[in-house]
Amino acid sequence: MKGRKVRTPLEEDIVKDLHVGERVLLSGVIYTARDAAHKRMAETLKRGENPPFDLRGQVIYYAGPAPAPPGVPIGSIGPTTSGRMDRYTPMLLEMGLKGMIGKGRRNPEVIAAIRANGAVYFGATGGAAALLAKRVKASRVIAYEDLGPEAIYELLVEDFPLLVVADSEGNDLYEIGPGQWSSSRGERIGEDR
Amino acid sequence: MRYLDSFEVVKLVEELCIEANIRLPEDVADGLVKAKEHEQSLYGQAVLDDLLQNVEIARKEKMPLCQDCGMTVVFVDWGQEVLLVGKSLQESVDEGVRRAYLGSYLRRSVVSDPLYDRKNTGDNTPAVVHLRFVEGSEVKITVVPKGMGSENASALAMLSPGEGEEGVIDFVKDVVARKGQNACPPLVVGVGIGGNFESAPILAKRALLRPIGCRNADERYAGLEEKMLRHVNELGLGPGGYGGKVTALDVLAEFMPTHIAGLPVAVNISCNATRHAGGRLKGREL
Repeated sequence: MKGRKVRTPLEEDIVKDLHVGERVLLSGVIYTARDAAHKRMAETLKRGENPPFDLRGQVIYYAGPAPAPPGVPIGSIGPTTSGRMDRYTPMLLEMGLKGMIGKGRRNPEVIAAIRANGAVYFGATGGAAALLAKRVKASRVIAYEDLGPEAIYELLVEDFPLLVVADSEGNDLYEIGPGQWSSSRGERIGEDR
Repeated sequence: MRYLDSFEVVKLVEELCIEANIRLPEDVADGLVKAKEHEQSLYGQAVLDDLLQNVEIARKEKMPLCQDCGMTVVFVDWGQEVLLVGKSLQESVDEGVRRAYLGSYLRRSVVSDPLYDRKNTGDNTPAVVHLRFVEGSEVKITVVPKGMGSENASALAMLSPGEGEEGVIDFVKDVVARKGQNACPPLVVGVGIGGNFESAPILAKRALLRPIGCRNADERYAGLEEKMLRHVNELGLGPGGYGGKVTALDVLAEFMPTHIAGLPVAVNISCNATRHAGGRLKGREL
Protein backbone atom coordinates (compact mmCIF):
# COMPACT_ATOMS: atom_id res chain seq x y z
CA MET A 1 0.00 0.00 0.00
CA LYS A 2 1.18 3.49 -0.83
CA GLY A 3 0.95 6.29 1.67
CA ARG A 4 2.57 9.27 3.23
CA LYS A 5 5.42 8.32 5.54
CA VAL A 6 4.93 9.73 9.03
CA ARG A 7 7.07 9.21 12.14
CA THR A 8 6.21 9.27 15.83
CA PRO A 9 6.20 11.24 18.05
CA LEU A 10 3.79 13.32 15.97
CA GLU A 11 4.72 16.92 15.44
CA GLU A 12 2.05 19.59 15.42
CA ASP A 13 2.58 20.86 11.88
CA ILE A 14 2.42 17.33 10.46
CA VAL A 15 -0.80 16.56 12.32
CA LYS A 16 -2.34 19.79 11.01
CA ASP A 17 -1.43 18.73 7.48
CA LEU A 18 -3.08 15.28 7.69
CA HIS A 19 -6.53 15.18 6.13
CA VAL A 20 -9.40 12.76 6.12
CA GLY A 21 -9.01 10.08 3.45
CA GLU A 22 -5.22 10.30 3.33
CA ARG A 23 -3.20 7.10 3.56
CA VAL A 24 -0.36 7.06 6.06
CA LEU A 25 2.50 4.65 6.71
CA LEU A 26 3.41 5.22 10.33
CA SER A 27 6.83 4.37 11.76
CA GLY A 28 8.31 4.66 15.24
CA VAL A 29 7.07 3.89 18.74
CA ILE A 30 3.35 3.62 19.52
CA TYR A 31 1.54 2.38 22.65
CA THR A 32 -1.33 -0.07 22.96
CA ALA A 33 -4.13 0.66 25.40
CA ARG A 34 -7.71 -0.57 25.49
CA ASP A 35 -10.59 -0.66 27.95
CA ALA A 36 -8.92 -1.72 31.20
CA ALA A 37 -5.71 0.27 30.59
CA HIS A 38 -7.73 3.41 29.85
CA LYS A 39 -9.70 2.96 33.04
CA ARG A 40 -6.49 2.67 35.06
CA MET A 41 -4.85 5.62 33.31
CA ALA A 42 -7.92 7.74 33.99
CA GLU A 43 -7.83 6.80 37.68
CA THR A 44 -4.11 7.63 37.80
CA LEU A 45 -4.69 11.03 36.22
CA LYS A 46 -7.61 11.81 38.52
CA ARG A 47 -5.33 11.19 41.50
CA GLY A 48 -2.96 13.75 39.99
CA GLU A 49 -0.27 11.15 39.25
CA ASN A 50 1.68 10.66 36.04
CA PRO A 51 0.45 8.22 33.38
CA PRO A 52 2.71 5.21 32.60
CA PHE A 53 4.21 7.05 29.61
CA ASP A 54 4.51 10.69 28.63
CA LEU A 55 1.48 11.27 26.43
CA ARG A 56 2.83 14.35 24.65
CA GLY A 57 3.03 13.79 20.89
CA GLN A 58 2.33 10.09 21.27
CA VAL A 59 -0.02 7.69 19.49
CA ILE A 60 -2.24 5.15 21.25
CA TYR A 61 -3.26 2.01 19.38
CA TYR A 62 -6.55 0.55 20.62
CA ALA A 63 -5.46 -3.05 20.51
CA GLY A 64 -4.82 -6.14 22.57
CA PRO A 65 -2.50 -8.56 20.78
CA ALA A 66 -2.68 -12.32 20.56
CA PRO A 67 0.30 -13.90 22.39
CA ALA A 68 3.57 -13.96 20.44
CA PRO A 69 4.88 -17.38 19.46
CA PRO A 70 8.63 -17.84 20.10
CA GLY A 71 10.85 -15.86 17.76
CA VAL A 72 8.36 -13.26 16.56
CA PRO A 73 7.83 -9.79 18.06
CA ILE A 74 4.06 -10.05 18.48
CA GLY A 75 0.97 -12.12 17.69
CA SER A 76 -1.95 -10.94 15.55
CA ILE A 77 -2.79 -7.35 16.41
CA GLY A 78 -5.69 -5.58 14.73
CA PRO A 79 -7.64 -2.61 16.08
CA THR A 80 -10.46 -2.92 18.59
CA THR A 81 -13.61 -0.72 18.55
CA SER A 82 -12.51 2.80 19.48
CA GLY A 83 -15.87 4.06 20.70
CA ARG A 84 -15.49 2.26 24.02
CA MET A 85 -12.54 4.52 24.81
CA ASP A 86 -14.49 7.72 24.03
CA ARG A 87 -15.25 8.43 27.68
CA TYR A 88 -11.53 8.72 28.47
CA THR A 89 -10.24 10.28 25.24
CA PRO A 90 -10.82 14.05 25.68
CA MET A 91 -8.81 13.98 28.94
CA LEU A 92 -5.89 12.22 27.24
CA LEU A 93 -5.95 14.64 24.31
CA GLU A 94 -5.78 17.53 26.75
CA MET A 95 -2.67 15.90 28.24
CA GLY A 96 -0.96 16.06 24.85
CA LEU A 97 -1.91 12.78 23.14
CA LYS A 98 -1.71 13.48 19.39
CA GLY A 99 -2.87 10.35 17.67
CA MET A 100 -5.14 7.34 18.04
CA ILE A 101 -5.39 4.19 15.95
CA GLY A 102 -8.54 2.10 16.00
CA LYS A 103 -11.70 1.25 14.11
CA GLY A 104 -15.22 2.59 14.18
CA ARG A 105 -16.99 5.80 15.02
CA ARG A 106 -16.11 8.31 17.74
CA ASN A 107 -18.70 10.38 19.57
CA PRO A 108 -19.12 14.12 18.86
CA GLU A 109 -17.21 15.05 22.04
CA VAL A 110 -14.15 13.14 20.83
CA ILE A 111 -14.35 14.62 17.32
CA ALA A 112 -14.53 18.08 18.93
CA ALA A 113 -11.59 17.31 21.24
CA ILE A 114 -9.51 16.06 18.27
CA ARG A 115 -10.16 19.39 16.62
CA ALA A 116 -9.60 21.50 19.73
CA ASN A 117 -6.30 19.80 20.53
CA GLY A 118 -4.98 19.44 16.99
CA ALA A 119 -4.88 15.66 16.97
CA VAL A 120 -5.65 12.88 14.50
CA TYR A 121 -7.60 9.60 14.52
CA PHE A 122 -6.35 6.88 12.20
CA GLY A 123 -8.27 3.81 11.05
CA ALA A 124 -6.48 0.48 10.74
CA THR A 125 -8.24 -2.30 8.85
CA GLY A 126 -10.38 -4.19 11.36
CA GLY A 127 -9.88 -7.91 10.89
CA ALA A 128 -6.44 -7.63 9.24
CA ALA A 129 -4.66 -8.61 12.44
CA ALA A 130 -2.07 -11.01 11.01
CA LEU A 131 -1.17 -8.53 8.27
CA LEU A 132 -0.75 -5.70 10.79
CA ALA A 133 1.43 -7.87 13.06
CA LYS A 134 3.95 -8.08 10.20
CA ARG A 135 4.56 -4.34 10.54
CA VAL A 136 5.47 -4.59 14.23
CA LYS A 137 9.22 -4.96 14.64
CA ALA A 138 9.54 -5.07 18.43
CA SER A 139 7.27 -5.04 21.47
CA ARG A 140 7.50 -4.95 25.25
CA VAL A 141 5.03 -4.51 28.07
CA ILE A 142 5.62 -1.22 29.89
CA ALA A 143 2.66 -1.15 32.30
CA TYR A 144 -0.26 -3.12 33.75
CA GLU A 145 1.24 -6.52 32.95
CA ASP A 146 -1.42 -8.18 35.13
CA LEU A 147 -4.03 -7.21 32.51
CA GLY A 148 -2.64 -9.75 30.03
CA PRO A 149 -3.70 -8.74 26.51
CA GLU A 150 -4.96 -5.45 27.96
CA ALA A 151 -1.52 -4.40 29.26
CA ILE A 152 0.19 -1.35 27.76
CA TYR A 153 2.65 -2.52 25.10
CA GLU A 154 5.27 -0.28 23.59
CA LEU A 155 5.43 -1.24 19.91
CA LEU A 156 8.05 -0.34 17.36
CA VAL A 157 6.22 -0.23 14.03
CA GLU A 158 7.43 0.23 10.48
CA ASP A 159 5.17 1.49 7.71
CA PHE A 160 2.07 0.63 9.72
CA PRO A 161 -0.74 1.08 7.12
CA LEU A 162 -3.38 3.60 8.22
CA LEU A 163 -6.11 5.86 6.90
CA VAL A 164 -6.86 9.29 8.37
CA VAL A 165 -10.49 8.99 9.52
CA ALA A 166 -10.81 12.12 11.71
CA ASP A 167 -8.58 15.14 11.28
CA SER A 168 -7.66 18.31 13.17
CA GLU A 169 -10.27 20.27 11.24
CA GLY A 170 -13.07 18.17 12.71
CA ASN A 171 -13.77 16.11 9.58
CA ASP A 172 -14.97 12.55 10.13
CA LEU A 173 -14.74 9.97 7.34
CA TYR A 174 -17.24 7.67 9.06
CA GLU A 175 -19.75 10.52 8.78
CA ILE A 176 -19.02 11.70 5.24
CA GLY A 177 -17.70 8.51 3.59
CA PRO A 178 -20.93 6.51 3.20
CA GLY A 179 -22.91 9.49 1.80
CA GLN A 180 -22.21 9.00 -1.90
CA TRP A 181 -22.78 5.23 -1.68
CA SER A 182 -26.03 5.36 0.23
CA SER A 183 -29.25 5.04 -1.71
CA SER A 184 -31.44 5.24 1.37
CA ARG A 185 -31.54 9.01 1.23
CA GLY A 186 -32.79 11.13 4.07
CA GLU A 187 -31.92 8.47 6.61
CA ARG A 188 -29.53 9.22 9.36
CA ILE A 189 -26.73 6.76 9.52
CA GLY A 190 -25.14 5.89 12.81
CA GLU A 191 -27.19 8.32 14.85
CA ASP A 192 -26.68 6.27 18.00
CA ARG A 193 -23.04 6.83 18.55
CA MET B 1 -26.30 -48.02 23.07
CA ARG B 2 -22.89 -46.47 22.29
CA TYR B 3 -20.40 -44.42 24.23
CA LEU B 4 -17.83 -41.64 23.78
CA ASP B 5 -14.91 -40.98 26.10
CA SER B 6 -14.95 -37.32 27.09
CA PHE B 7 -11.31 -37.03 26.01
CA GLU B 8 -12.44 -37.45 22.38
CA VAL B 9 -14.60 -34.36 22.81
CA VAL B 10 -11.62 -32.51 24.32
CA LYS B 11 -9.39 -33.39 21.34
CA LEU B 12 -11.97 -32.45 18.71
CA VAL B 13 -12.81 -29.13 20.37
CA GLU B 14 -9.09 -28.30 20.60
CA GLU B 15 -8.56 -29.02 16.88
CA LEU B 16 -11.65 -27.07 15.84
CA CYS B 17 -10.68 -24.02 17.95
CA ILE B 18 -7.30 -23.86 16.22
CA GLU B 19 -8.70 -24.43 12.74
CA ALA B 20 -11.49 -21.88 13.14
CA ASN B 21 -9.14 -19.18 14.39
CA ILE B 22 -6.54 -19.48 11.63
CA ARG B 23 -8.51 -20.58 8.54
CA LEU B 24 -11.31 -18.47 7.18
CA PRO B 25 -14.10 -20.75 5.87
CA GLU B 26 -13.94 -21.08 2.08
CA ASP B 27 -17.36 -19.50 1.55
CA VAL B 28 -16.41 -16.38 3.51
CA ALA B 29 -13.07 -16.08 1.70
CA ASP B 30 -14.92 -16.45 -1.63
CA GLY B 31 -17.35 -13.79 -0.43
CA LEU B 32 -14.44 -11.39 0.10
CA VAL B 33 -13.11 -12.13 -3.41
CA LYS B 34 -16.54 -11.45 -4.94
CA ALA B 35 -16.85 -8.29 -2.84
CA LYS B 36 -13.54 -7.11 -4.27
CA GLU B 37 -14.89 -7.57 -7.81
CA HIS B 38 -18.08 -5.71 -6.96
CA GLU B 39 -16.76 -2.88 -4.79
CA GLN B 40 -16.18 0.49 -6.46
CA SER B 41 -15.07 2.59 -3.51
CA LEU B 42 -11.28 2.95 -3.40
CA TYR B 43 -11.27 2.83 0.40
CA GLY B 44 -13.42 -0.27 0.23
CA GLN B 45 -11.13 -1.97 -2.26
CA ALA B 46 -8.08 -1.22 -0.10
CA VAL B 47 -9.79 -2.76 2.94
CA LEU B 48 -10.71 -5.88 0.93
CA ASP B 49 -7.12 -6.16 -0.33
CA ASP B 50 -5.90 -6.06 3.28
CA LEU B 51 -8.41 -8.71 4.31
CA LEU B 52 -7.56 -11.08 1.45
CA GLN B 53 -3.85 -10.77 2.23
CA ASN B 54 -4.63 -11.32 5.89
CA VAL B 55 -6.40 -14.61 5.10
CA GLU B 56 -3.25 -15.85 3.34
CA ILE B 57 -0.83 -14.75 6.05
CA ALA B 58 -2.94 -16.30 8.80
CA ARG B 59 -3.22 -19.61 6.96
CA LYS B 60 0.45 -19.86 5.99
CA GLU B 61 1.89 -18.75 9.31
CA LYS B 62 -0.77 -20.33 11.50
CA MET B 63 -1.59 -16.98 13.08
CA PRO B 64 -5.09 -16.10 14.27
CA LEU B 65 -7.01 -14.17 11.59
CA CYS B 66 -8.08 -11.68 14.23
CA GLN B 67 -6.46 -10.86 17.56
CA ASP B 68 -9.94 -11.20 19.06
CA CYS B 69 -10.17 -14.98 19.19
CA GLY B 70 -13.59 -14.47 20.66
CA MET B 71 -15.63 -16.09 23.29
CA THR B 72 -15.73 -19.67 22.14
CA VAL B 73 -19.28 -20.59 21.15
CA VAL B 74 -19.75 -24.34 20.71
CA PHE B 75 -22.80 -25.88 19.08
CA VAL B 76 -23.22 -29.54 19.95
CA ASP B 77 -25.73 -31.86 18.30
CA TRP B 78 -25.53 -34.96 20.45
CA GLY B 79 -26.90 -38.24 19.11
CA GLN B 80 -29.13 -39.56 21.88
CA GLU B 81 -27.87 -43.13 21.54
CA VAL B 82 -24.43 -42.04 22.75
CA LEU B 83 -23.41 -42.05 26.41
CA LEU B 84 -20.71 -39.56 27.47
CA VAL B 85 -18.19 -41.29 29.74
CA GLY B 86 -15.77 -39.35 31.94
CA LYS B 87 -16.03 -35.59 32.42
CA SER B 88 -19.20 -33.56 31.82
CA LEU B 89 -19.82 -31.99 28.42
CA GLN B 90 -19.08 -28.46 29.68
CA GLU B 91 -15.85 -29.61 31.36
CA SER B 92 -14.76 -31.47 28.22
CA VAL B 93 -15.48 -28.53 25.92
CA ASP B 94 -13.70 -26.15 28.31
CA GLU B 95 -10.66 -28.44 28.44
CA GLY B 96 -10.50 -28.43 24.63
CA VAL B 97 -10.76 -24.63 24.59
CA ARG B 98 -8.09 -24.35 27.30
CA ARG B 99 -5.63 -26.55 25.38
CA ALA B 100 -6.17 -24.69 22.11
CA TYR B 101 -5.97 -21.16 23.48
CA LEU B 102 -2.98 -21.82 25.76
CA GLY B 103 -1.12 -24.08 23.34
CA SER B 104 -1.62 -22.24 20.05
CA TYR B 105 -1.11 -18.58 20.95
CA LEU B 106 -4.77 -17.60 20.74
CA ARG B 107 -5.84 -14.56 22.73
CA ARG B 108 -7.63 -15.26 25.99
CA SER B 109 -10.40 -12.68 26.28
CA VAL B 110 -12.81 -13.96 28.92
CA VAL B 111 -13.25 -12.27 32.31
CA SER B 112 -14.74 -14.14 35.24
CA ASP B 113 -17.02 -11.39 36.51
CA PRO B 114 -18.72 -9.02 34.06
CA LEU B 115 -19.24 -6.07 36.39
CA TYR B 116 -16.87 -5.85 39.34
CA ASP B 117 -13.60 -7.81 39.11
CA ARG B 118 -13.36 -8.27 35.34
CA LYS B 119 -10.42 -10.59 35.96
CA ASN B 120 -9.20 -12.58 32.95
CA THR B 121 -9.77 -16.31 33.46
CA GLY B 122 -6.49 -16.87 31.62
CA ASP B 123 -7.63 -19.72 29.37
CA ASN B 124 -10.66 -18.33 27.49
CA THR B 125 -13.04 -20.56 29.45
CA PRO B 126 -15.88 -21.00 30.02
CA ALA B 127 -17.13 -21.67 26.50
CA VAL B 128 -20.74 -20.89 25.56
CA VAL B 129 -22.27 -24.30 24.83
CA HIS B 130 -25.54 -24.78 22.92
CA LEU B 131 -26.62 -28.39 23.18
CA ARG B 132 -29.32 -30.22 21.24
CA PHE B 133 -30.18 -33.87 21.61
CA VAL B 134 -30.80 -35.38 18.20
CA GLU B 135 -31.55 -38.83 16.78
CA GLY B 136 -28.74 -41.24 16.07
CA SER B 137 -25.32 -42.25 17.28
CA GLU B 138 -23.21 -39.38 16.02
CA VAL B 139 -22.00 -36.22 17.78
CA LYS B 140 -21.58 -33.09 15.71
CA ILE B 141 -19.55 -30.20 17.13
CA THR B 142 -19.20 -26.74 15.60
CA VAL B 143 -16.84 -24.17 17.14
CA VAL B 144 -17.54 -20.48 16.55
CA PRO B 145 -14.96 -18.04 17.92
CA LYS B 146 -17.10 -14.90 18.15
CA GLY B 147 -15.46 -11.52 18.66
CA MET B 148 -17.11 -8.95 20.89
CA GLY B 149 -16.82 -6.03 18.46
CA SER B 150 -19.60 -7.56 16.41
CA GLU B 151 -21.52 -8.94 19.40
CA ASN B 152 -21.68 -5.36 20.71
CA ALA B 153 -23.32 -4.30 17.44
CA SER B 154 -26.06 -6.96 17.73
CA ALA B 155 -29.61 -6.45 19.03
CA LEU B 156 -32.99 -7.98 19.79
CA ALA B 157 -36.43 -6.50 19.13
CA MET B 158 -39.77 -7.80 20.33
CA LEU B 159 -41.87 -6.59 17.38
CA SER B 160 -45.65 -6.78 17.17
CA PRO B 161 -47.00 -9.33 14.70
CA GLY B 162 -48.61 -6.50 12.74
CA GLU B 163 -45.25 -4.99 11.91
CA GLY B 164 -44.66 -7.91 9.57
CA GLU B 165 -41.96 -8.16 6.94
CA GLU B 166 -41.46 -4.41 6.74
CA GLY B 167 -40.86 -4.22 10.49
CA VAL B 168 -38.28 -6.98 10.30
CA ILE B 169 -36.42 -5.34 7.41
CA ASP B 170 -36.48 -1.92 9.10
CA PHE B 171 -35.09 -3.34 12.32
CA VAL B 172 -32.27 -5.20 10.57
CA LYS B 173 -31.38 -2.10 8.58
CA ASP B 174 -31.48 0.06 11.69
CA VAL B 175 -29.18 -2.24 13.67
CA VAL B 176 -26.60 -2.23 10.87
CA ALA B 177 -26.92 1.55 10.38
CA ARG B 178 -26.35 2.27 14.06
CA LYS B 179 -23.36 0.11 14.82
CA GLY B 180 -22.28 -1.58 11.58
CA GLN B 181 -19.28 0.68 11.04
CA ASN B 182 -17.80 -0.50 14.35
CA ALA B 183 -18.13 -4.19 13.63
CA CYS B 184 -15.49 -4.71 10.89
CA PRO B 185 -17.55 -4.67 7.70
CA PRO B 186 -18.10 -6.31 5.27
CA LEU B 187 -20.40 -8.03 7.71
CA VAL B 188 -22.29 -11.28 7.75
CA VAL B 189 -25.69 -10.63 9.32
CA GLY B 190 -27.50 -13.45 11.12
CA VAL B 191 -31.23 -12.95 11.69
CA GLY B 192 -33.34 -15.11 13.99
CA ILE B 193 -37.10 -14.64 13.60
CA GLY B 194 -39.67 -16.13 15.97
CA GLY B 195 -39.38 -18.24 19.08
CA ASN B 196 -39.13 -16.43 22.35
CA PHE B 197 -37.07 -13.71 24.05
CA GLU B 198 -34.15 -16.13 24.51
CA SER B 199 -34.50 -18.35 21.45
CA ALA B 200 -34.38 -15.71 18.69
CA PRO B 201 -30.75 -14.68 19.46
CA ILE B 202 -29.53 -18.29 19.45
CA LEU B 203 -31.34 -18.79 16.16
CA ALA B 204 -29.61 -15.69 14.77
CA LYS B 205 -26.23 -17.10 15.79
CA ARG B 206 -27.11 -20.45 14.24
CA ALA B 207 -27.97 -18.63 10.99
CA LEU B 208 -24.33 -17.49 10.84
CA LEU B 209 -23.26 -21.12 10.41
CA ARG B 210 -24.95 -21.41 7.03
CA PRO B 211 -22.58 -20.89 4.06
CA ILE B 212 -22.69 -17.46 2.50
CA GLY B 213 -24.91 -17.32 -0.58
CA CYS B 214 -26.82 -20.42 0.50
CA ARG B 215 -30.45 -19.31 0.80
CA ASN B 216 -33.06 -20.43 3.30
CA ALA B 217 -34.90 -23.54 2.06
CA ASP B 218 -38.24 -21.72 2.49
CA GLU B 219 -38.75 -19.52 -0.57
CA ARG B 220 -40.41 -16.73 1.38
CA TYR B 221 -37.49 -16.45 3.78
CA ALA B 222 -35.01 -16.80 0.89
CA GLY B 223 -36.70 -13.78 -0.68
CA LEU B 224 -36.58 -11.92 2.62
CA GLU B 225 -32.84 -12.58 2.85
CA GLU B 226 -32.34 -11.06 -0.60
CA LYS B 227 -34.39 -8.00 0.35
CA MET B 228 -32.54 -7.50 3.63
CA LEU B 229 -29.18 -7.84 1.90
CA ARG B 230 -30.16 -5.21 -0.65
CA HIS B 231 -31.37 -2.81 2.04
CA VAL B 232 -28.26 -3.28 4.17
CA ASN B 233 -25.95 -2.66 1.22
CA GLU B 234 -27.94 0.43 0.25
CA LEU B 235 -26.79 1.99 3.51
CA GLY B 236 -23.45 2.53 1.77
CA LEU B 237 -21.29 1.87 4.85
CA GLY B 238 -18.90 -0.24 2.78
CA PRO B 239 -15.82 -2.23 3.79
CA GLY B 240 -14.24 -0.75 6.90
CA GLY B 241 -17.26 1.55 7.22
CA TYR B 242 -15.50 4.19 5.10
CA GLY B 243 -18.21 4.16 2.42
CA GLY B 244 -18.84 1.68 -0.39
CA LYS B 245 -21.19 -0.79 -1.99
CA VAL B 246 -20.47 -3.91 0.06
CA THR B 247 -21.58 -3.42 3.66
CA ALA B 248 -22.53 -7.07 4.09
CA LEU B 249 -21.38 -10.24 2.34
CA ASP B 250 -24.75 -11.77 3.14
CA VAL B 251 -27.82 -11.72 5.37
CA LEU B 252 -28.85 -15.18 6.59
CA ALA B 253 -32.19 -15.73 8.32
CA GLU B 254 -33.66 -18.64 10.26
CA PHE B 255 -37.19 -18.86 11.62
CA MET B 256 -39.11 -20.88 14.19
CA PRO B 257 -42.64 -20.99 15.63
CA THR B 258 -43.61 -18.18 17.98
CA HIS B 259 -46.52 -17.02 20.16
CA ILE B 260 -49.74 -15.53 18.72
CA ALA B 261 -48.81 -12.19 20.31
CA GLY B 262 -45.18 -11.97 19.27
CA LEU B 263 -42.66 -11.40 16.51
CA PRO B 264 -39.19 -11.57 18.10
CA VAL B 265 -36.33 -10.59 15.78
CA ALA B 266 -32.70 -10.98 16.74
CA VAL B 267 -29.86 -9.59 14.66
CA ASN B 268 -26.47 -11.14 15.36
CA ILE B 269 -23.82 -9.17 13.53
CA SER B 270 -20.67 -10.99 12.47
CA CYS B 271 -17.51 -9.41 11.11
CA ASN B 272 -15.43 -10.02 8.00
CA ALA B 273 -13.70 -12.80 9.99
CA THR B 274 -16.85 -14.92 10.32
CA ARG B 275 -15.21 -18.05 11.66
CA HIS B 276 -16.45 -21.55 12.32
CA ALA B 277 -15.19 -25.10 12.07
CA GLY B 278 -17.11 -28.33 12.50
CA GLY B 279 -16.37 -32.01 13.04
CA ARG B 280 -18.07 -35.30 13.95
CA LEU B 281 -17.49 -38.09 16.42
CA LYS B 282 -18.96 -41.59 16.18
CA GLY B 283 -20.12 -43.35 19.29
CA ARG B 284 -18.26 -46.61 20.03
CA GLU B 285 -19.86 -49.98 20.77
CA LEU B 286 -20.20 -50.53 24.49
